[in-house]
This record gives sequence, C-alpha cells and structure tokens, in this order.
Amino acid sequence: MKYIYELHKTMVARNLILVYEGEFTQEITKSVLAMAERNMDAIGEDSSIKRKVFNVMVECLQNIVKHADEIEEIDLTDHNAAIFMVGKQEDKYVITSGNPITNDKVKMLQDKLAHINSLDKEGLKEYYKDVIKNNKGLSAKGGAGLGFIDMARKSGQKLQFDFEPINENISFFSLKTVIRRVVTAD
Amino acid sequence: MEILTRDGGEDTPKVILDHNNGFFEISGRSLPEDSADFYGPILEWLDKYKDSPRPETEFNFKLEYFNTASSKLILDILSKLESIDGAKVVWYYHEDDEDMQEAGQEFADLVDVSFDFKTY
Repeated sequence: MKYIYELHKTMVARNLILVYEGEFTQEITKSVLAMAERNMDAIGEDSSIKRKVFNVMVECLQNIVKHADEIEEIDLTDHNAAIFMVGKQEDKYVITSGNPITNDKVKMLQDKLAHINSLDKEGLKEYYKDVIKNNKGLSAKGGAGLGFIDMARKSGQKLQFDFEPINENISFFSLKTVIRRVVTAD
Repeated sequence: MEILTRDGGEDTPKVILDHNNGFFEISGRSLPEDSADFYGPILEWLDKYKDSPRPETEFNFKLEYFNTASSKLILDILSKLESIDGAKVVWYYHEDDEDMQEAGQEFADLVDVSFDFKTY
C-alpha cells in the first residue's frame, strides 16, 4: 500500500492539482476540463489566465484523443494509455501530457515543435495565419495542424518536449506547456 | 428558407441562422469532437442562402472559446460570407478577452468581409 503514499507525496511535491491516466475520449476531455475549471474558479483565478489554461488543455487533450487509435492499430499491448497533468505553482500553471506515438511521427513532431520554438510572438502569429489559410481542410483525424502553434501563442513560453523510445514501433511523447500566472502588460 | 438552430452544449456553440428575421449568430463554446461534422450543416445552409440573400447579412460571432479545429471551420464560414453581397461580421468578445479580440482581427485580415468589433 506504500505506493499510495508515494504517489501522494509526488503529487504534493510537484504541486499537481490534476492527474488523469488512462484512455482518452471527448467525454473524458470534457470532465477533465470541468474539473480544472472548477478548481480555478474556486481560487478566483484571473479570467485571462483561466482562459489560457483552458485553451492549452483543450488542444493537448484533443491531440491525445485524435491520435490514440493509431497506437491501438499498431500495438495491441497496454501502450495506448496516456497521461495528462496540471500543476499549479505560485507563479505558473504547468500543463503536461504524455502519450505513445508511432515512431514515424517522431521526426515530424520534433521538426514542427523546434520550428515553433524558433519563432517569436509575431512569427507565431504569421505561422498560424499561414497554416490556417493554406492547409486545405482538416486532416483525416479532424485536426487543423494549429494545436501546437496555438499552445505556444497562449503560453508565451517555449514548448518543452521529449521522446522516449518504447519499442521498435512506438515512442512516448512528453509535452510541457507553461502559463505564467503573473498578468503581463502586453 | 428553414431556420437552422443548434442548442449550445458543453462543447458545441449555440447556432441560429434565420433568413426571415435576418438573424445569424454563433455563440458560446466550440470544441466539438468532430468540428467538420458540426459545421457541415452550417456551411450547406450558407450555400443555399447565397442564392437568395437578404440585402444585408449581419453575422454575429459571440464566442467565449473555440479550439483550433473550429477556427478552420470558422474561416470556411467567413469565406462563404465573402461571396454574399451585403454580408458583414460582428465579432463580439468579452471586454477583458484580448485573445478573442485578436483572433477576430486575424480572421478579418484573412478574408474580404467587413468586421465590426463589439464587447459584451
């Protein structure tokens, strides 16, 4: 039973206010969003910070939902579960997700995220406009190719990411987005 | 023309498209699981409306939140409005919601339709 206390200590140490691990669906997304919203409402969080956190959470959660079935097709073991966490510290919210992806996506994601991180506020705005205008329709998964760009814009910070190989087919993709709680003048 | 309405939900916006009364509005939250599926009927409705539009079409967007997949479909709606004579957009945003104001300005830059900005 010690793992319960260990898990609890980890959550407290990392200021995690919400952790969900398992299968991700639109229904789960709505529940997780509702919990985070209630939590932020309860402490009277600033509405603009609340909106940014909500925004990043949606893109993060819907990304996981959209790509979950790709893993099921290729790997029928227990690798299709993902994790989503929200941490709240004095000066920031930290939204993290971890989910398995197929290895053929790693390079594309790395390049895309690195490109996003190389852009400043104005560059991200132009990139967003460029993608929304020139991408014809949505992907087969219903994505607009704008999720990470939007997360970076709402965050105002670099996106942090990592890929941990699981086996020859899949890797674990971790993504961390920070939303500062200090209201900035711009 | 038949009125197109959708009750707003937790993840879908409220929609009213009413030719007879000249009222066109999408409001609330938009993060549907399948945004192409949700917005499809709206785009089809506008295709029909284009054949016999009112002299003026004031299309209200009063969104509290929309995800990136919805933003692509919102751009599709705006592109339809481009080809309707006398169409314009009224973009509502909460007075302290700069991100929503900026989102409206970006859409305005992308299409050839006149935008009015109002706070609520």
